[in-house]
Amino acid sequence: MRIPCPYCGERDLSEFVYNGDPVPRPDPAAADAPRRFYEAVYLRDNPAGPHQELWYHANGCRGWLRVDRDTRTHDVLGAAFAGT
Amino acid sequence: MGHPAARATGNRLGSGGLIDRKQPLRFSFDGSTYHGYAGDTLASALLGNGVKLFGRSFKYHRPRGLLTAGSEEPNALVELRRGPWREPNSRATTVELFDGLDAQSQNRWPSLKFDIGAVNSLFSPLFAAGFYYKTFMWPASFWEKVYEPAIRRAAGLGRASGEADPDHYEKMHAFCDLLVIGGGPAGLAAALSAARSGARVILCDEDYVLGGRLIGDAREIDGCPGSIWAKHTAAALEAMPNVRVLRRTTVFGVYDGSTFGAVERVADHVPEPPPHQPRQRLWKIVARRSVLASGAIERHIVFGGNDRPGVIMASAARTYLNRFAVIPGSRAAVFANCDDAWTTALDLARSGVRVEAILDTRTDTNPLLASKAERAGIPLFPNAQVIDTRGSHALKAITIRSADGRARDLAVDLLAVSGGWNPNLGLTTHLGSRPNWSDRLAAFVPGKAPTGMTVVGAARGSYGLADGLREGMAAGIAAAEAGGFAARREPAPKADDDHTGIKPFWHVTASSSKAFVDFQNDVTSEDVALAAREGFKSVELLKRYTTLGMATDQGKTSNVNGHAMMAEFTGRPMSEVGTTMFRPPYTPVAIAAFAGHHRGRQFRPTRLTAGHRWAEQQGASFVEAGQWLRAQWFARPGESDRLTTVSREVRETRAKVGVCDVSTLGKIDIQGADAGAFLDRIYANMFSTVPVGKVRYGLMLREDGIVMDDGTSARFADDHFVMSTTTANAGKVMQHLEHARQVLWPELDVQLVSVTEQWAQYSIAGPSSRALLERLLGEAFDVSDAVLPYLGCAEFTWRGVSARIFRVSFSGEFAYELAVPANFGDAAIRAIMEAGAEFGIIPYGTEALGVMRIEKGHVAGNELNGMTTAADLGLGRMMSKKKDFIGRVLAERSGLVDPERPSLVGIQPVDRAGRLRAGAHVLACGADATMENDQGYVTSVAFSPMLGHWVGLGFVKRGPARIGERARAYDPVRGGDIEVEIVSPIFFDPEGKRLHG
Repeated sequence: MRIPCPYCGERDLSEFVYNGDPVPRPDPAAADAPRRFYEAVYLRDNPAGPHQELWYHANGCRGWLRVDRDTRTHDVLGAAFAGT
Repeated sequence: MGHPAARATGNRLGSGGLIDRKQPLRFSFDGSTYHGYAGDTLASALLGNGVKLFGRSFKYHRPRGLLTAGSEEPNALVELRRGPWREPNSRATTVELFDGLDAQSQNRWPSLKFDIGAVNSLFSPLFAAGFYYKTFMWPASFWEKVYEPAIRRAAGLGRASGEADPDHYEKMHAFCDLLVIGGGPAGLAAALSAARSGARVILCDEDYVLGGRLIGDAREIDGCPGSIWAKHTAAALEAMPNVRVLRRTTVFGVYDGSTFGAVERVADHVPEPPPHQPRQRLWKIVARRSVLASGAIERHIVFGGNDRPGVIMASAARTYLNRFAVIPGSRAAVFANCDDAWTTALDLARSGVRVEAILDTRTDTNPLLASKAERAGIPLFPNAQVIDTRGSHALKAITIRSADGRARDLAVDLLAVSGGWNPNLGLTTHLGSRPNWSDRLAAFVPGKAPTGMTVVGAARGSYGLADGLREGMAAGIAAAEAGGFAARREPAPKADDDHTGIKPFWHVTASSSKAFVDFQNDVTSEDVALAAREGFKSVELLKRYTTLGMATDQGKTSNVNGHAMMAEFTGRPMSEVGTTMFRPPYTPVAIAAFAGHHRGRQFRPTRLTAGHRWAEQQGASFVEAGQWLRAQWFARPGESDRLTTVSREVRETRAKVGVCDVSTLGKIDIQGADAGAFLDRIYANMFSTVPVGKVRYGLMLREDGIVMDDGTSARFADDHFVMSTTTANAGKVMQHLEHARQVLWPELDVQLVSVTEQWAQYSIAGPSSRALLERLLGEAFDVSDAVLPYLGCAEFTWRGVSARIFRVSFSGEFAYELAVPANFGDAAIRAIMEAGAEFGIIPYGTEALGVMRIEKGHVAGNELNGMTTAADLGLGRMMSKKKDFIGRVLAERSGLVDPERPSLVGIQPVDRAGRLRAGAHVLACGADATMENDQGYVTSVAFSPMLGHWVGLGFVKRGPARIGERARAYDPVRGGDIEVEIVSPIFFDPEGKRLHG
């Protein structure tokens, strides 16, 4: 698999570390924070089709990327810095 | 082309073929010496010497000869070379001959001609389809003790050498606009037309001669022999700077993102690799576009005795004749359902072989071919079948049934068979695409090819030479244009005529003797019928039940026949039965090629600290800590065991002063206006309140509330911290911090960089550490309490170099850590030792460090084991209530705040002479050793030289409340079972007086 890093260009999968879904960190002050954190940390959808996930360019620019990938074909549809 | 029938030696023609008669080669097979020529394969050389028996079959130990002339060969598997170089299951058909090649047959005992295992044929019910599965219904012990050992002895392939591979292997990465897989006519045409545009082209072919069928067949292109056209085209490609031609290179896998795996056999064809050359090279090729021109593989016909040596694929017979100038037999017959095999009869006749018959299963044969055959004097038998064969180690006769239904015998020593051709589409299925059945071609053709791949020529079922050339050119031009290159359209080369007629015919139902579908796995027509009768009708079940299509050849010559027979037995069309999918690798790839140089000590990088050489000179023993090598202890002459050495290092450090290299701990430089706020969210305790010039111990949690890592962070300015992490977690913490910075809180003004390797850092510990540093630093820095109190830190210039000092202690002693740029690390440790000489300084290793931290009850990796909370570690107070931080919310889950959770205690043996073991479980005294009675476990132990007995840390249910209780430390793995006391984890200097001198 090849991931188009917005900083380094298209790079081989072996340079990256996978880290699951880009779930926003819940509001820790919310009344139901424990439930929200539980869901954010443990509950994952497993879609067949386009899917967003986080990849860390560990052996590259150290950028955290949000990658769009089709789970059926492994086609990488795009990648952007996760914080933007 | 026309070969003179004159024979120079044995079965070799006097001229023709792509062999070099001026370069004779000597080789041995099963201890006998033979001669061949440069250009031969082991198979062609042996056949040229009249050898027809190559091996014994997998289950029944039947004599087997060559079936093919290519990498699809199921039978002729041999062992090459000797000793650690021994390589089993090599296909003789692809082994390039070299002088001195040493080959042996396999799966036979005591010899290939007389093989005891052949009695397996008498017990064939034992080996029938599904035998394994049915046997499992019997008592397991019967299977394990009787049947499995018997079958394992009797059935098998070659033997691994059992020794380390002495050769080198390497890896290469390549990028191109077009990857062409297969150097036959279609592939050559594709490569040439793309390369002429300037596109970067890589052409891979598994053979050592390019041309594919052009070198096995006597074809013409533009009036020139096909093999010559291929040679000229290959030379033209190799002369172009934008083209890389990889011979002896198999593209074995297609991966996501237009990435391909290939293995190049750099030195398999020479006795040993030339200097500085690897044996094989693994290629990872990223290609914008690819052209699959992998050709087709001929399939056989299932009939009684179809595995007898001398029964050979029709195309293979042509290859031996045309490419290697080897006469594969003296009296031949051809058995086929298609036009293509007739060429074999004509080629054989032209070379002087007596062709006794063309037996075609079709009633209507090709009139043009029929007239050619008649002119060559070959008797024709339309609507005929071969029912059986005879001969003990080689074919002597066949029984045929002609159109009138009469059976009769023909004395032949060669039977060339063709059931048609299967497009070699394996690589199109690697990413999940299923092949489609074509009634017109009587074959499976590629389904949707992987993104960017175009399939051309015989690989997509275009068997005609002219079609292949045209498709190849078109695909090459399209690939070049897709890459932005301007491609010229040249006229396609002219090829002579093709005959591609076929009528499907799979198996001879009139045969009563064993008829093989899969030669490599000894799967017979009866096995397929049995699977159909027992309901294993899906091709995937058929494969698992009968082993059809398994092992090294992956059914290249057998799958479609087996699936077609299943279709017949179950009355379904082929399109419904389908076929199994192929996975990488296309042909077997040595594990060594995948490993490359990553073997033994080269498996991963070894990281050495700046003080490594100095430590070596002091006689240090080293231990791996992640990728690092750290000094474990420094034995002195006369110290007989490590306990003596380590205990001395602890005692002398605590009595005087010791120095330990702590450079491997992770160091992360954190800068920015929000650095303090950032650390507040990272650590469980508060950091924004740390004054400049101070260090604080911090604990960081994962978002699930479990402790992730610990260490100190030092504040050098309002907007500048330096964090230290454990050695093991340095990379993980960096990733965690980057995640927090980039993903969770991109709005914070904070920047991170790992400086682990930029600084060499030494812990100087013990009562004389301050005196040592005064002596060492002199005017450069004042280490008094007034300037550098406990947990102080400072930057200063020392001998022209920027240095850092931290007043921190892991040992519990009065201690400092001194950091200098890594380039000066070696000089610094030598200077420390020199300055410390008058104070009796000793170097100590990680083992003494470990003893001292256990004596002090400091937690480390054994306790931060991914299962423990801050409270479990006795550090619950560090969880700030004034702020949010990663892990805060989920750390409050009821399961993680349960007072019953095992938490940190000290453990010591009641009988002080007793030995503690890490990993032992803690049970109540007198309790049975059951899971229900488990109270906790021991994580770290050490012999404390200060206390004179073993001490340990561990987690025990309600631990702190049970101090003073007795318990049982039970270690079934090493037979330990002793009575222990639960005590405070701080064994030594509980008041912490020594920290302050």
